[in-house]
Amino acid sequence: MYKYDQYDQSIVDARVDEFRDQVTRRLAGQLTEDQFKPLRLMNGLYLQLHAYMLRVAIPYGTLDSRQMRTLASIARDYDRDYGHFTTRQNLQFNWIKLEDTPDILARLATVEMHAIQTSGNCIRNISSDQFAGAAADEVADPRPWAELIRQWSTFHPEFSYLPRKFKIAVIASDEDRAAMRLHDIGIQLVERDGELGGRIYVGGGMGRTPMIAPLIRDFVTADDLMSYLEAALRVYNRYGRRDNMYKARIKILVHEIGADEYRRQVEEEFLAVKALGIDPPAAELARITAMFAPPAFDTDAPDAVDRSDPDFAVWLDQNVRAHKQLGHAIVTISLKPVGGIPGDASSAQIDLVADLAERYSFDELRVTHAQNLVLPHVRKADLYTIWQQLTDAGLAEANLDLVTDIIACPGLDYCSLANARSIPLAQKIAVRFADRSRDLGELKLKISGCINACGHHHAGHIGILGVDKKGTENYQLSFGGSGAEDVSLAKITGPGFDEDGVVEAIERATDTYVALREEGERFLDTYRRVGMQPFKDAIYG
Amino acid sequence: MKILTGNDLPTGDVTWWTGSGWSRHIEDAIDVGDQGEAIARAEEGARRVNVPYVIDATPTADGPRPAHIKDRIRALGPTVRVDLTLKPADPAAGSWVI
Repeated sequence: MYKYDQYDQSIVDARVDEFRDQVTRRLAGQLTEDQFKPLRLMNGLYLQLHAYMLRVAIPYGTLDSRQMRTLASIARDYDRDYGHFTTRQNLQFNWIKLEDTPDILARLATVEMHAIQTSGNCIRNISSDQFAGAAADEVADPRPWAELIRQWSTFHPEFSYLPRKFKIAVIASDEDRAAMRLHDIGIQLVERDGELGGRIYVGGGMGRTPMIAPLIRDFVTADDLMSYLEAALRVYNRYGRRDNMYKARIKILVHEIGADEYRRQVEEEFLAVKALGIDPPAAELARITAMFAPPAFDTDAPDAVDRSDPDFAVWLDQNVRAHKQLGHAIVTISLKPVGGIPGDASSAQIDLVADLAERYSFDELRVTHAQNLVLPHVRKADLYTIWQQLTDAGLAEANLDLVTDIIACPGLDYCSLANARSIPLAQKIAVRFADRSRDLGELKLKISGCINACGHHHAGHIGILGVDKKGTENYQLSFGGSGAEDVSLAKITGPGFDEDGVVEAIERATDTYVALREEGERFLDTYRRVGMQPFKDAIYG
Repeated sequence: MKILTGNDLPTGDVTWWTGSGWSRHIEDAIDVGDQGEAIARAEEGARRVNVPYVIDATPTADGPRPAHIKDRIRALGPTVRVDLTLKPADPAAGSWVI
């Protein structure tokens, strides 16, 4: 894992001191809310429905047990004993007091964490593959590149006031576990003639105008990466619309001028930027990469697993994935207990996962954009013990990628932007389908409580968007989205439903899928083969 | 009726204008008539509330009921964590929100 150097630590510490002073001035009346709001947002502090909410950055979703325990301690000491893991691989505290925030940020800084650039029109936390460094199919660990981009983008003076927020994802395998092409910039590391480089996609995103990022450059070497990203951002910063926030994301610019013209402008700008010599020396990427060196795996670890406990075997098949190292495995800890709140974890659960990471996973864990946690490097011989401890803590739901593994934004229960509640609907659906979920197979269901699409509904095999219909909650249903390597945007089925109606509609749709599916087809595959009509007929007929 | 709401500045708690101060309980809220904006300006200026705004509500025997679900959820707490709502033991709380 990356460890702060003196520069990282000093700028984070300085930011805590600065924000402490700003909070003091706000409470003393020396700053108005209009003056203070942009300052608190730069430090991840929102004002939500019930209280202040603090969004803590978890760079590329990677953290260690010490950091995880610190999050648990903050939940205990300053919040209401729980935290919410988000679709951006971050963590949100829902019940924060303004007067406590400087102390919370100071505590985070002691474990190399912060809330900087988790809000505002800047480059946000860099996201990545939660299986990075463990996946058998990656060409390299993408996190050193993500860390390089994190350092470049942190407090970047030119990009602190972009037309809108900006999200970057880095992956290094053909299987996309990070919804890479639904980011403002998505980077896939690939090898060419023995050299590592980035395939650069620009202009994707969800929100009110979902778009899939087109390929802009098929290969950028590490030597050119910063200059190329600088050029890509400069063109956006110069021509991105600032007159209309709904058209201000880079996807709109790329769409309006076209990928070819955007590419031409970026290449032209790249030549100018390259001459400035801003790219770090190769030694810097090497220094960072060394910190992500694989742990000392037990090369004699047995590969066989005793499957005699049937409940364990179910969990093993559903939540455990292949590791690149023989005798090891990747464990996904579901934060989707049936009937629970997607992404929520109590401080005791957070502490337990920290303990498991420290003891069984080389002190590493990950947060996924699907609001689950991952122990990336587990000896197969330890899987049964881990499963037992997760079971005792209510964390052993065997539902990874099933219909009950629902992504749901906080919705109207917490969020001031939301139009409808997401969580109760997720709970209802999970309860309704729990008994059938394994038969239905991989079925990614995603719920957003408003058009901003934090719940990724555009990328759901089944997507649900909550809207406000004359003061009551209404839900639009859509099918056919995917955030994976077979990326696609979901299409709306037709008129919306109330909460019970949308559950019934999903039942009819899944019944249709079961009736029509061919061998090995997922819901998404069947939908793509037969089209919307049979599903519409079932839902509305 | 019109009632005035906002958030407490240091804690962020949801608060309601009572006529003489701010309460965390919506049943204490009073009808502000057409004075809401003026009260909001004065109270925000004195840092006794943050981002106040006026909403429509219906008077009931148990106090005002906000017209919009968003403000009913603000008044009570998240519907999915009854242990964190202001009336966790009240079986009617859910129907009051929905």
